[in-house]
Amino acid sequence: MPSGYRKASVTGLLLLASVAGGNAHELRVCSDPNNLPFSNSRLEGYENKIVDVIAREMQANVQYTWWPQRRGFVRNTLKAGLCDLIPGTVSGLGAVRTTVPYYRSTYVFITRPEAHEIRSLDDPSLRKLRIGVHLIGDDGFNVPPAHALARRGIIDNVQGFSLYGDYRQDNPPARLIEAVTAGKIDVAIAWGPLAGYFGGRQDPPLRVTPVHPIRDERFPMTFPIAMAVLPGNEWLKHEVEDAITKRRPEIDAILSAYDVPRVDAFSRLARPQ
Amino acid sequence: MSITRLIVALVCSVLAGTVSGEPSLPRVAQAAAPADDWQWSMPAKNFASSRYSSLDEVNVGNVKDLRVAFTFSTGVNKGQEAAPLVVGNTMYIVSPYPNILYALDLTQPGAPMKWKYEPKPEPASQGVACCDVVNRGAVYSNGRVYFNTLDGNAIAVDVSTGKEVWRTKLGDINRGETITMAPLVVKDKVLVGNSGGEYGVRGWLVALDAGTGKQVWKAYSTGPDRDVLIGSEFKPYYDSDKGKDLGVTTWPPNAWEQGGGTVWGWISYDPDSNLIYYGTANPGPWNHEQRPGDNKWTAGIFARDAHTGQARWFYQLTPHDVHDWDGINEIILLDMEWKGQQRKVLVRPERNGYLYILDRATGEVLSAEPFAYTNSTHGVDLKTGRLQINPDKQPKLNQTVRDICPTAPGAKDWNPSAYSERTGLLYIPHNNLCMDVQTMDANYIAGTPYVGANVKMKAGPGGNRGEFSAWDIQNARKRWSIKENFPVWSGAVATAGNVVFYGTMEGWFKAVNAETGDVLWQFKTASGIIGQPITYKGPDGHQYVAVLSGVGGWSGAIVSGDLDPRDGTAALGFVNAMRDLKDATTKGGALYAFRLP
Repeated sequence: MPSGYRKASVTGLLLLASVAGGNAHELRVCSDPNNLPFSNSRLEGYENKIVDVIAREMQANVQYTWWPQRRGFVRNTLKAGLCDLIPGTVSGLGAVRTTVPYYRSTYVFITRPEAHEIRSLDDPSLRKLRIGVHLIGDDGFNVPPAHALARRGIIDNVQGFSLYGDYRQDNPPARLIEAVTAGKIDVAIAWGPLAGYFGGRQDPPLRVTPVHPIRDERFPMTFPIAMAVLPGNEWLKHEVEDAITKRRPEIDAILSAYDVPRVDAFSRLARPQ
Repeated sequence: MSITRLIVALVCSVLAGTVSGEPSLPRVAQAAAPADDWQWSMPAKNFASSRYSSLDEVNVGNVKDLRVAFTFSTGVNKGQEAAPLVVGNTMYIVSPYPNILYALDLTQPGAPMKWKYEPKPEPASQGVACCDVVNRGAVYSNGRVYFNTLDGNAIAVDVSTGKEVWRTKLGDINRGETITMAPLVVKDKVLVGNSGGEYGVRGWLVALDAGTGKQVWKAYSTGPDRDVLIGSEFKPYYDSDKGKDLGVTTWPPNAWEQGGGTVWGWISYDPDSNLIYYGTANPGPWNHEQRPGDNKWTAGIFARDAHTGQARWFYQLTPHDVHDWDGINEIILLDMEWKGQQRKVLVRPERNGYLYILDRATGEVLSAEPFAYTNSTHGVDLKTGRLQINPDKQPKLNQTVRDICPTAPGAKDWNPSAYSERTGLLYIPHNNLCMDVQTMDANYIAGTPYVGANVKMKAGPGGNRGEFSAWDIQNARKRWSIKENFPVWSGAVATAGNVVFYGTMEGWFKAVNAETGDVLWQFKTASGIIGQPITYKGPDGHQYVAVLSGVGGWSGAIVSGDLDPRDGTAALGFVNAMRDLKDATTKGGALYAFRLP
């Protein structure tokens, strides 16, 4: 087959696909309408801002489908054909195709600034302090720090905060961070972006310290974050990856503005302490 | 022809002889199963939950001639788990979310719709309760139909008008609390329990005033005795259930507040003692290392005074459950001879794979025999009542554990069995599944990454994933069983015609000989069957058999939820065992009613 003919037919297919999609420059995104700092329906989350950057690079308009990011999220959104892209998911998530990661964050300790700083899961004071963690309860699995604490026999002084909370309230997972300020708990252990954003906006701002060790038996405390497309949607995956690469400085600036603790090449936290 | 008739006649006379000659066959608790009115007004047919009808027009000899009398589409292509109700000349059907209640006029050809009632559950909450949109049916009492909606409302509807009489909001879907169970009406009270243990919901059962919908009592499954309605009447049989506030002390501090033990299954009632019996679901949502202790009062059976809600006894089927074995299955009330003594018992085919017989006055375990293959436990110690755990088959976080049997849905899930006192057999629809469990690399929810469980379910020994077994209650052994390719996720109904009905996930609706298990007739419905068959006498004086067809639920989510067969860990690992269901059936939602020509 002459190469010119092949090129023509590929272009034809793309045109057809565009026509079928209704709008040639539409980036269909599924996101949680109520979960800052990640996203909300007022487009105030950093994933919203990063999607804007990606879309600008792709010269596409963003169209959102809002869905709470709970069990069944991928099935009910991406897999149900409601959208083509999920910004902000863990790299290597099963059942989807993930792009190159655009940042890596870590679980962190959140303490009041005047209190003793916890740096390690092996800090003896963790046996006495009131500790809060998010409860997931996915068939008996929970956040890695919860498993790490249980393995150390730290159980009775650990309090579970529903990750889902009451969905009528704003950003339900933030209750865990607010509990530190309110003095309901002495230390929270939470996923970095959530802690960095809400911790930094408490009065006074809370102290955020990465959890060590960074891997506790089978449980990693750091995770690379990527975007997800449907398996087989290599075209969009590459477009998004190109945009992530080209717009790296803008993405880094957004993550910085939201106080996302990072443990990667851009890290403010990975420096030797 | 004449030989067949002769055999039928012989079988019938032998059976009749069995019944009259040997009164030792366990009998259904009489007060809980009064004379048959040939209707189907409550989920389990009667308070004893026998799911047995004395109708015998359809029998072993003629069932082969059964044919479709009418059909009706529920308009919702999700898992249809409800039992239709028939009262007088009307049939009532509840659909999965959005939980539409239909009334069909059985006096007219084709059973046209009389009215429908749409409760309009909160659509904004879609996705908050993501996983389970099934509904297990309604109950009729005194001119009203009572049922629950996924978003946590109990509703009474006047059957003459199809209009709502009252609606009581019980659960909060914004906190992950849903209701999927079928309520039961006992005297002037409607009993309703919640779902959503995986979201950290605390389980409860409430009694509502049937007239007004106002709460009369509420019994939590965890927490201090006053919340659990444990008082001076509480006399559990085993020492492990005795003590103050065990619903608090068998947990780490405050873990009971989110401890699960929801009440999404079946309730039975004995009018003689005025006690209700029901089960509580598994503990949660902590990883089990983070909730050491027995985690009372989860995964067990409560006996309570129906009037006050006060607990009489409790028996924990699976203390400190680590397998997701909800203790919510059906409870059949029987009176039987046990070691020379007449005992009032309850029978429970349990998720953990044992068929329990308990003294229903005291909660003593008389026997617990495996009705399905199990290797994760070694039976029940009858002295202490305690399940004996096999540590080699407990899920572990740091290694892959292979061939754990049974799996999270258990040897048998919610779908109810039926008991015939003509045969003394309990007809149990169940699973034959094992699983491998390993730690998963990455999962992500609500913006938070974590490590999850990678569960892969697969067929158990023999290669069949389901089974329909006839269990001889008196002799505690399996009489016969039918192997099914897929898990049997439908209910069962037994009849005086010595025919037992159940459905398969491929969509076959089957009639089998109650004595032998021979398949006498089968009909392929449009979609897989996970509903509960019923039988009734129609306005024309003839016996009908009805069932909802429409695959879904946990086992059928691969079809109703469009799950990816390549993702074996979807639906908590169930998809791995159900990859080929998509080739065997498609979505649906329709009632089928059958009768003889």
